[in-house]
Amino acid sequence: MDFLVFQYPMITLQACLDGILLGVLFALIAYGMALQWGVMNIINIAQGDLVILGGYIAYFMYLYGIHPAWGVIVAPVIMYFVGIAIYKLVINKVVDRDLFISILATFGISILFMQLMNFAFGADVVLANSGYGTTMLFDNNVVLPNSKIFSAFISIVFAICLVIYMKKSKLGRAIRATAQNARAAKILGVDTEKVYAATFGINAALCGVAGALISITFTIHPYMGLPYTIRSFMIVIVAGLGNLPGVAMSGMGLGVFEEFADYILGTEFRIGSVFLLLVLILVYRRFKLSRKREYLK
Amino acid sequence: MRLNKIILSFVSALVILLSTSVASFAKVVGDKIILGAAISLTGKYSSNGVHTQNGYNMAVDRINSMGGVKVGGKTYKFDIIYYDDESNPKRAAQLAERLISQDGVEFMLGPYSSGLTKAIAPVTEKYGVPMVEANGASRSLFTKGYKYLFAVLAPANLYLDVAIETAVELNGGKPVRIAQAFEQDAFSQDVRLGILDAAERTGSKIIIDDKLPKELNDMAATLVKVKQMKPDVLVVSGHTKGALTAIRQIAEMKVDVPMLAMTHCDAAKLSKQHGKNSQYALCASQWHKSLTYKDDFFKDGMTYAADFEKEFGYDPPYQSAESSAALLVFKDAFERANSFDQKKVRDALAATNMQTFYGNIKFAPGGQNVDKPMVLFQVMCDASGSCENKVVAPLKWASAKLIHPIPKWSER
Repeated sequence: MDFLVFQYPMITLQACLDGILLGVLFALIAYGMALQWGVMNIINIAQGDLVILGGYIAYFMYLYGIHPAWGVIVAPVIMYFVGIAIYKLVINKVVDRDLFISILATFGISILFMQLMNFAFGADVVLANSGYGTTMLFDNNVVLPNSKIFSAFISIVFAICLVIYMKKSKLGRAIRATAQNARAAKILGVDTEKVYAATFGINAALCGVAGALISITFTIHPYMGLPYTIRSFMIVIVAGLGNLPGVAMSGMGLGVFEEFADYILGTEFRIGSVFLLLVLILVYRRFKLSRKREYLK
Repeated sequence: MRLNKIILSFVSALVILLSTSVASFAKVVGDKIILGAAISLTGKYSSNGVHTQNGYNMAVDRINSMGGVKVGGKTYKFDIIYYDDESNPKRAAQLAERLISQDGVEFMLGPYSSGLTKAIAPVTEKYGVPMVEANGASRSLFTKGYKYLFAVLAPANLYLDVAIETAVELNGGKPVRIAQAFEQDAFSQDVRLGILDAAERTGSKIIIDDKLPKELNDMAATLVKVKQMKPDVLVVSGHTKGALTAIRQIAEMKVDVPMLAMTHCDAAKLSKQHGKNSQYALCASQWHKSLTYKDDFFKDGMTYAADFEKEFGYDPPYQSAESSAALLVFKDAFERANSFDQKKVRDALAATNMQTFYGNIKFAPGGQNVDKPMVLFQVMCDASGSCENKVVAPLKWASAKLIHPIPKWSER
């Protein structure tokens, strides 16, 4: 235990800002997960692996001399088609089955992706350098890498675009209608098959954006996907489906929670604390649910 | 249905029979000495696994083309059976069993990483199969009393204690304040123990002692503490992830620390991935091509590096060099034992005292090589931004002078 973080207000501030910037990025990934969970009732275990794949796209652009920031444009485009392909090959066969089957299927996809990425890109840890420099605040006591600020900013931009798209466009409305009631939507002429494919594609595209941002801010590695899946799962569990402000808030909350856990318990418990929190929240929700049931009786 | 069952059991009985009888060809067939190795060709260690395999292959080709191994007046050639252990310790142990009990291998080469070596060592020990390994540095490998395990490399606890001693020396012999962050795996924790020893020896104080998770990609919290507490030395060890993450975040957060010491810089291709940001980092290495050790097969480090580059198209990391050295050790032991008896070869290995291009090799009773110090190199960049690793310690091999303290970010 280390309470340094509370002794210096600057460190507290630093932890909060780091957490919020990180949390916005998590929220973007989680939003994709919430979207497809809500629409297709699929929990995508391969979410994190799609993120890492997006990261590799940005990394390869960087290798070939293109600034990795362009990855936030290119990665989602490529990943959209990857998403569609995964949907056509696997997901459409499990989409109306129960949740357990879809978890197994996406778990399989996750393992496959890890191994394929390892095979194709090697097991080396890589990163893309943006060369964005650093912002110093409060007499150099609080440092914010511009790459983190950039990634939070891009995440917000994409989230806003997506919300507008969902509200205004035809496909967006079709997606929302399918989420509310797939059968009714189908009767009213919505091609749900198409909607499912598009939803999965959009989710993969969001993962692509997040991956490109992660390759700029952190590091990527074929086996690093799972923590991102867990985090987005956790955010969605807390926020609930179809609740974008909730996803954003719980994303940032998780980011800040992680930073504080890092300072107080030590970096080794960072991911562990997320798991612990997930268990606590699941237990709490179950507890709440069971109380409700009793009340209904 | 019953017939099916009968056929099935018949076929499986046949398969079992075949697999036990056919595969058992022995360790020395005709003029070939067959060594076995489980190597990580897939999975998370695959890049270093390939470095290891390339090192082995390079030495096999070289020794075979330069006359092979002479035992009992006859010339033999090396051959290696490889299996892919998928970077998985359980799989590695199974494969070691298979190499020994099915393929009849009587001499083994080590896998990549301390963890996998740890998994294999009990198996080779059980069967009394001598194993020369080149990539398991964890101290715990050498305290178990293994009799058939020999490591050509220096144990992990010696990786960075040179750095602490150098820091104390540069501080006028006065103790220093150390900040350290280590991943939670066998290897990095051994490096940490080495630092603790060095700190105690020099009376230095450890002011930050962080542990890093396996899925590390953010160590901002540790670095914020470093910024506040201003230690004299920052030590980081977390494989390639640790090295890359540390350099990225130190540069982004403009953390000023007089000395930064790490492991795995060359495996992480630090200077290539980070360019000038990696400048001044001190890195522990088992080997560097500029060292002046010599042998008959590879001549010296520079020649080895050039030959390796010609064959495999990249500059050899130390993982390849030490793997090549393992074959030289085997050849030397076979010739001195003048026999393929496992006990005699084992005793010959234990009595090894030789110089290779990789370094001097002499085994302690625990099996670790005690005759080869670690080297420290520092990443140094010129004005054009091209960076190079230059050996700075021990002084005997230094090709450049250590730059200390590291200039502040505001002055770079």
